[in-house]
Amino acid sequence: MIRLEKRPQPSKAWSLATPLVAVLATMLAGGLLFAILGKDPVEAIRTIFWEPLFGEFAFYYRPQLLVKGAPLVLIAIGLSLGFKAGIWNIGAEGQYIMGALFGAGVGLAFYPLEAWYIFPLMVIAGGFGGWLWASIPAYLKVRFGTNEILVSLMLVYVAEQFLASMSLGLMKNPEGFGFPGSRNLQQYESAYNADLIAGTGMHWGVVAALIAVIFAYVLLNRHMTGYHIRLTGEAPRAAKFAGVNPSRLILFCLGTSGILAGLAGLFEVSGPSGQVSIDFNVGYGFTAIIVAFLGRLHPVGILLAGGLMALTYIGGDIAQANLQLPSSAIQVFQGMLLFFLLAFDLLTNFRLSFGKPEVA
Amino acid sequence: MKLTNLLTSAAMALGLATAAVAEDPTKVGFVYVGPVGDGGWTYEHDQGRKAVVAEFGDKVETVYVENVAEGPDAERVITQMALQGADLIFTTSFGYMDPTNNVAAKFPDVKFEHATGYKRNTENVSTYSARFYEGRAVQGTIAGHMTESNIVGYIGSYPIPEVIRGINSAYIHAKKVNPDVEFKIVWAFTWFDPAKEADAAKVLIEQGADVILQHTDSTAPQAAAQAAGNVITFGQASDMAEYGPKPRVSSIIDDWAPYYIARTKAVMDGTWTSTDTWDGIGAGMVGIGEISDAVPAEVKAEALALKAALADGSYHAFTGPITKQDGSAWLADGETADDGTLAGMNFYVEGIEGDIPQ
Amino acid sequence: MDLSAINPVLLIASLMVAATPLLFAAIGELVVEKAGVLNLGVEGMMIIGAIAGFATAVETGSPLLGFVAAAGAGALLSVLFAILTQFAQANQVASGLSLTLFGLGLSALMGQSYVGVKPPQMEKLNIPVLSDLPVVGPILFGHDLMLYVAIALIAAVWAMIKFSRLGLVLRAVGENHDAAHALGYKVVRIRILAILFGGACAGLGGAYISLIRVPQWTEGMTAGIGWIALALVVFASWKPWRVLLGAYLFGGVTVVQLNLQAAGVAIPVEYLAMSPYLITILVLVILSADKSSAPAALGRNFHASR
Repeated sequence: MIRLEKRPQPSKAWSLATPLVAVLATMLAGGLLFAILGKDPVEAIRTIFWEPLFGEFAFYYRPQLLVKGAPLVLIAIGLSLGFKAGIWNIGAEGQYIMGALFGAGVGLAFYPLEAWYIFPLMVIAGGFGGWLWASIPAYLKVRFGTNEILVSLMLVYVAEQFLASMSLGLMKNPEGFGFPGSRNLQQYESAYNADLIAGTGMHWGVVAALIAVIFAYVLLNRHMTGYHIRLTGEAPRAAKFAGVNPSRLILFCLGTSGILAGLAGLFEVSGPSGQVSIDFNVGYGFTAIIVAFLGRLHPVGILLAGGLMALTYIGGDIAQANLQLPSSAIQVFQGMLLFFLLAFDLLTNFRLSFGKPEVA
Repeated sequence: MKLTNLLTSAAMALGLATAAVAEDPTKVGFVYVGPVGDGGWTYEHDQGRKAVVAEFGDKVETVYVENVAEGPDAERVITQMALQGADLIFTTSFGYMDPTNNVAAKFPDVKFEHATGYKRNTENVSTYSARFYEGRAVQGTIAGHMTESNIVGYIGSYPIPEVIRGINSAYIHAKKVNPDVEFKIVWAFTWFDPAKEADAAKVLIEQGADVILQHTDSTAPQAAAQAAGNVITFGQASDMAEYGPKPRVSSIIDDWAPYYIARTKAVMDGTWTSTDTWDGIGAGMVGIGEISDAVPAEVKAEALALKAALADGSYHAFTGPITKQDGSAWLADGETADDGTLAGMNFYVEGIEGDIPQ
Repeated sequence: MDLSAINPVLLIASLMVAATPLLFAAIGELVVEKAGVLNLGVEGMMIIGAIAGFATAVETGSPLLGFVAAAGAGALLSVLFAILTQFAQANQVASGLSLTLFGLGLSALMGQSYVGVKPPQMEKLNIPVLSDLPVVGPILFGHDLMLYVAIALIAAVWAMIKFSRLGLVLRAVGENHDAAHALGYKVVRIRILAILFGGACAGLGGAYISLIRVPQWTEGMTAGIGWIALALVVFASWKPWRVLLGAYLFGGVTVVQLNLQAAGVAIPVEYLAMSPYLITILVLVILSADKSSAPAALGRNFHASR
């Protein structure tokens, strides 16, 4: 008989080893899936994990990993603060959209003026947009006790309608022959969030993501607010006695995650994406929730998890083209990877023991 | 670990070997915005890709990536195809316009074809689109004759020029054969949500429409019309023949095959040049699906005559006199619309009620 | 503007159809959450149900068999979630989201050969006399069988939670799993059964979309309805009849906004399109005076030997 015994302390060794075990298990199960679909499993796995990092065209894909991973990490860091305290913001997608709209709106309002202060103003506006959108569920929760899961999710759909309305109306490119979508900010120097060193993929969003990781690490480990966050999540009653103000914590956690999601949107719209369009958002806000948990809500873990997700996206697209794998197979593969990562996490906190339970 | 290494190197050798053999055929890439199983827009582009394979066999190798989001993902996938030796790349969504041009600037030897856009920044970019509004003219004619309630329902996706052009064309031709006709327009504000499309169709039918035109790709409105009984519909993007002979009485089919074959051929022959193609019924890019027996013979004959006139160019779907909704003159008697105005159309013609959401 | 074009009877009848997939998925999730488990994989289980039901109905020619298969497929997928959260002690939020990703991909793989196929039709119940009654007929007696099944399910879940011993155990497990365990209830077993029930219901909801409401199969066709269902459970404060109210309200606002558009009401369309979400938030704020809250153990994992 196999039983689980909780470890007194999470195992350090296993917490490092489980992701590797999980990736290997995914390769096996995924290989089986690809073989069933009639594709060469070894080649498929190699394409997904190896090609973007060390393949012939890795010089191009490596920077793309930063471009794809940065928004995920930036958003996930913000979400992890709230999740640790039991505050559930699942509307980051909406905050991401509003950040992009506010930021791009400021940039477009200045067009065609060229000045150094335009981009910093856009950054502030982007953060503000995200903060504003996240503050609605935060305020309603503090004032009326409404559930933030529901409100933040509903606001995603509202933000999507705003986005469509803006791309078709107010922000539409006046030189775009009536087609939807704003001017391309990549062609507006003062508003363009270009690579800091050309060709590296290292734009301001990547820098911001790295800063956010450090900020979150320091906050959680060295700062009173971080202590309050952890305490509230782990022992809500103790937190009350410790004098934690729950309202302030809700406003702080939702607000911070909103700012970071808004910034992610702003850096995306002014850089890699370039324009406000109906389909500007591609689900980073939802994927970031998975990234946050894969990284076990730990800043460094989130950094690694964001990189892994980005890798499977990029490798998955290469596998689609090279092996004609349907994109749904890649989705299933990603799902498997997440399942295995979550399942094997068990070994960190529990010990498998065989045989009969000892008499207590 | 050794075994893995061995397997990896074996696989790499295998990969290199196939790459060496594969240098001969012309490599054509396709970037899709939706899944090939969407039964509509992307599905029809993939039918075009399959036609290219059927036409050229071993002389061509096609690759595609589906579900590619607009923006940086599209730019990465297009670059990836160019890096891996594609000779010709079709990018099949309006939102791929800037990514396509960005990548084209970096790969002067690769040819790029962007659907439904207008930017051709470099010599290696072409654009192509279909004059679906010609098909709408045929639909409008049938709709005007067939409606008994004189109410035609129209389901739009987003208020973009493509959709507005279709509404205007259908309305003008319905009005021509039936002066009492009235259009009820519902915007779904989504490209894809079958449940919402079903609701929209039901709402229109409940409000008295007995003809439903749709500019969304799912068959949901067809099923709603069938359930309601005495309502007719038209297939959109694909033929939707499974709903014929009624409610589906005809359809507009996106047929990209002739164009994709011709452009692939041009790359093979070395005759490819940057062009701006906007083809309609005449060139076969817009197909009119079989008009079913639910339509009276004389109406069918009239619709087919219109189709023939549009095909041979003797008639333009936007021929004056046409007045804009606000009462200002647009086209004088006998004057036809220029492509620039049509491409960016953002106004209704006179007689349509309501405002275009801005 | 011509408001007289809107027929309230037909409007109510069609909002009932629009709300039914939500009803199925939300009542299932309600039971899951009552047991203290938060499964965010509703969208994934719905779409698996949608394709399994569709494929079965097409192959056998029987929509009813399709619904049976959909319930089975939804439950089967939820087993994955049960293993992860109940045995492997994985985080429920992450497991649920992964389930959605997995389900969307898997359904697309399964459905490749069913694009553009027309499913067999589910007949509407035609009760002599009753169905022909004015007003009441189309609203109460003019629907397909599954719509009534959904409402019956709500009633059954309500009765189960309120009156049965099973309901008592379910609530005990959801409120305080340690205490429930101490009382000798099989916490894990009850939670697994709840998860399976939730999966089966979500599957039914998905099949209702692919077989009745739309009916067709296309990839990703649930288009976010699973997420709305999740929101509805919170909206309903974990009370079955409020799920019904919430689903009709949400479906109603959607249908009404389309009706207003068709009638030419001069409100900008994009704001009409936002209205279902905004009104849901507004109602939530109004209802928040009711302080009955979530099951206390919601989202927390249980491990017996500590």
